[in-house]
Amino acid sequence: MAKISVKVDGVTYSDDVEARMLLVHYLRESLGKVGTVVGCDTSNCGACTVHLDGRSVKSCNMLAVQADGHEVTTIEGLADGDTLHPVQQAFHDCHALQCGYCTPGMIMQATSFLKDNPTPTEHEVRVGMEGNLCRCTGYHNIVRAVLAAAGEGGGSQ
Amino acid sequence: MSALSDRPANPVVGQTIPHESAGLHVTGQALYTDDLTVRTHGVLHAHPVQAPHAHARITRMDTEPALAVEGVVRVLTKADVPGVNDAGVKHDEPLFPDEVMFYGHAVAWVLGETLEAARLGALAVEVDYDPLPALVNVKEAIAAERFQGATPRMERGDIDAGFAAAAHVFSGEFEFAGQEHFYLETHCSLAMVDESGQIFVQSSTQHPSETQDIVAHVMGIPSHEVTVQCLRMGGGFGGKEMQPHGFAAIAAIGATLTGRPVRLRLNRTQDLTMSGKRHGFHAQWRVGFNASGRLQALDATLTADGGWSLDLSEPVLARALCHIDNAYWVPNVRVNGRIAQTNKTSQTAFRGFGGPQGMLVMEDILGRCAPLLGLDAMELRRRNFYREGQSTPYGQPVKDADRMGTCWDQVTKTGEVERRRNQIATFNASHPTSRRALAMTPVKFGISFNLTAFNQAGALVHVYKDGSVLITHGGTEMGQGLHTKMLQVAATALGVPLSTVRLAPTRTDKVPNTSATAASSGADLNGGAVKNACEQIVDRLRGVASSILGVHPSDVRFSDGTVTSVGGGQVIPWGDLVNKAYFQRIQLWAAGFYRTEGLHWDSSVMHGSPFKYFSYGVAAAEVEVDGFTGAYRLRRVDIVHDVGDSLSPLLDIGQVEGAFVQGAGWLTLEDLRWDESDRPSRGRLATQAASTYKLPSFSEMPEVFNVALLERAHEEGAVYGSKAVGEPPLMLAFSVREALRQAAAAFGPAGISVDLASPATPEAVYWAVAEARRASEHGHVTEGGTGVVPDQSTADLRPAHPRSEQATNAATAGV
Ligand code: FES
Ligand code: FES
Repeated sequence: MAKISVKVDGVTYSDDVEARMLLVHYLRESLGKVGTVVGCDTSNCGACTVHLDGRSVKSCNMLAVQADGHEVTTIEGLADGDTLHPVQQAFHDCHALQCGYCTPGMIMQATSFLKDNPTPTEHEVRVGMEGNLCRCTGYHNIVRAVLAAAGEGGGSQ
Repeated sequence: MSALSDRPANPVVGQTIPHESAGLHVTGQALYTDDLTVRTHGVLHAHPVQAPHAHARITRMDTEPALAVEGVVRVLTKADVPGVNDAGVKHDEPLFPDEVMFYGHAVAWVLGETLEAARLGALAVEVDYDPLPALVNVKEAIAAERFQGATPRMERGDIDAGFAAAAHVFSGEFEFAGQEHFYLETHCSLAMVDESGQIFVQSSTQHPSETQDIVAHVMGIPSHEVTVQCLRMGGGFGGKEMQPHGFAAIAAIGATLTGRPVRLRLNRTQDLTMSGKRHGFHAQWRVGFNASGRLQALDATLTADGGWSLDLSEPVLARALCHIDNAYWVPNVRVNGRIAQTNKTSQTAFRGFGGPQGMLVMEDILGRCAPLLGLDAMELRRRNFYREGQSTPYGQPVKDADRMGTCWDQVTKTGEVERRRNQIATFNASHPTSRRALAMTPVKFGISFNLTAFNQAGALVHVYKDGSVLITHGGTEMGQGLHTKMLQVAATALGVPLSTVRLAPTRTDKVPNTSATAASSGADLNGGAVKNACEQIVDRLRGVASSILGVHPSDVRFSDGTVTSVGGGQVIPWGDLVNKAYFQRIQLWAAGFYRTEGLHWDSSVMHGSPFKYFSYGVAAAEVEVDGFTGAYRLRRVDIVHDVGDSLSPLLDIGQVEGAFVQGAGWLTLEDLRWDESDRPSRGRLATQAASTYKLPSFSEMPEVFNVALLERAHEEGAVYGSKAVGEPPLMLAFSVREALRQAAAAFGPAGISVDLASPATPEAVYWAVAEARRASEHGHVTEGGTGVVPDQSTADLRPAHPRSEQATNAATAGV
């Protein structure tokens, strides 16, 4: 067991965790943050993407102890109260989701990507999102949503 | 217009609205089955003991060592099954096997306080196996004549006369791969037992009623002691039609024996190695054309690779036979079908359900034969389209056949096909190391379950005293937007705003005896049932309103939350009318029912009109192939697809896009590999993670992607004039495969015919390029002579005799 202190969606938690517990399992099982999901187990799909100190990481590919002393944002902490983040709003409006299972990861990746590149081209969006898989949408509307969010200033938030 | 298809003024159906759960999805609030685990107290976790042989007899099993592992609570084995040890409807799928039938087959399940304890417990279970010979591909099974289930035959006309009169006869073989569903949410069930012994299973299932049936028969209890609920699925695609039942049953046994909730969630590798996939097929074919390239005769034998148990293989095969014609008129037809039994996962439903496999055989034939006929492939396809008045080989008139031509012409025009073909010719002439090609392919897909009995549905609509409405129906939500469409249907039928209607999760204690949400029929069937329930309520309210408004009941109009007479005047708010009706003791809820009219089907002779209508679509795809590596890019795709009068255009276009990309994945990327060596790992699935099984990603998207819905496409026979959309667009991806074939051929001399393996991975395309360059032969198509003669079954045909057609055996909703 190792002691960690980590701020998740604005709240600081101190917990004893198994040294080999994955961050995604810590979020889901210990904190009940089930908005972050597991798709592939092998760091291919990006469904488990969260932010670590503001940058996207795949939480199935990281240990909980590695988050010690850091700040994690999950999909559940992205909106500002009832006001959706522009990327969330764009995914909602552009029908950039079907089953929704990839959606939290897609949105966390898109927000991180837009921070680095607030005014991307369509091609840059495709490259920037390449590490996230969706089995339902065929990606077209996801690209549209990220571009729409960029137009709404989604990259500056 | 029919009463079913007619839309009132200002309908909510047809509006462009987002998915009903979009707000939950973008904030991470939407719950999937496994998310319920953390909200449930005292949950035990289940882990399988998977056999390391493709085929073996179990000679000894000792579970004691597992019980010594800290945190292990119980090991479930065959001895724990209180009812029938069977996870399927064909009685060939033992839940706990004596004989291991595929590599990774679960022989026992360990329950632990944590998943880790259960995993360590599973490692500790001692099992001795006596390995048996294993068949791991369809050709081995054909050679060994190991088949299972029905051997249907579909026939029309005089096949011998058709060939005798043909100007050209070609023959060949074609074997193509299946596909992993890779729904992003793996299989999951959470079972618990209440104080009265009632079993409650929350399951990621497309078919809650059948999950209920199987849990009940495994537990040896009547169906009313089991409730199954599905909140939503993280994708299904057919993979959760039949496959969830056994997992739900394991969880139910565990919960009953321990008194604690049991969670069974497969990790990705377990899901890949244990659950069934799309059937790969083997086809032998012989085809005759007249001098102008019109199809005269088709003789084919299709062998589905069924895996270890029958599962849904028979109806899948039936649909393959019923779709081998795709969009084309063939006067003389004989198609035999059979199902190989192999030591692999039990192959199952996957979007299209055999239809894609049947159609792929025909499109492959046309793609290979066009050069041999000296015809452009596009022209060959267009020339053979069904015309109004013609019938399919199984005897169903092809209604609205002209829509194929309409879609085709529209794609030709909006896709600027002629101009681009000229550009491609210029490009190819000036680029020695790469080639481009553009191909167009049509889709005609029959809508309804082949088996008539499944074409029924139920719904429950409650109007509360305050006017708010709650609906439940028998269909499940897997992302396709069924719930959104049902809300739209209810709002339209009741004449209230969308916000007045809420939807409750799919549960077997709300709507019983439902069919699977499958065959693209979810909206047709459940929409009919929801509409029926709403209309019962509206008819009762009509009487209340007519006395207030002083008009005849038939002159009362319900629209947008207000109730008026047809001529206007006094306005009664919906909520007020409902409240008045309550005090007059009017029943404010209704159970709705729908059965698709006009269907008949005799599977013993493969004849009838099993489909309510056909869905049509056309796609044009342009690719560029690199001659050194076979790598390719999908440069542009144009689609026109027929969804009738769309219930929800944003959702329908999303379905078309998603299905197309999934189809392109099947045909070009996704490469299931089983170990076919003679090592001990024989039969092991080698591609058991997303790291080795290549799914379409952002980089394989078409660079330009234009999707349009066919306009003026009203469908008389379905709810509010709409058509199904789930499966048909998957097959638009044939255009990509055919474009790759043509681009590969363009490396060789003009008019050469090339074979292309499926999936057409870059490696497969490379070999097609190499074949074209050699230019020594026309692929593996034989013209005339003996060539390939499709096997004819020597024994008596075993016609499908599906349970659903046996009125006396109504106990199991099997096929
Ligand atoms: S679950 Fe983390 S990348 Fe797939
Ligand atoms: S919406 Fe289902 S995986 Fe992306």
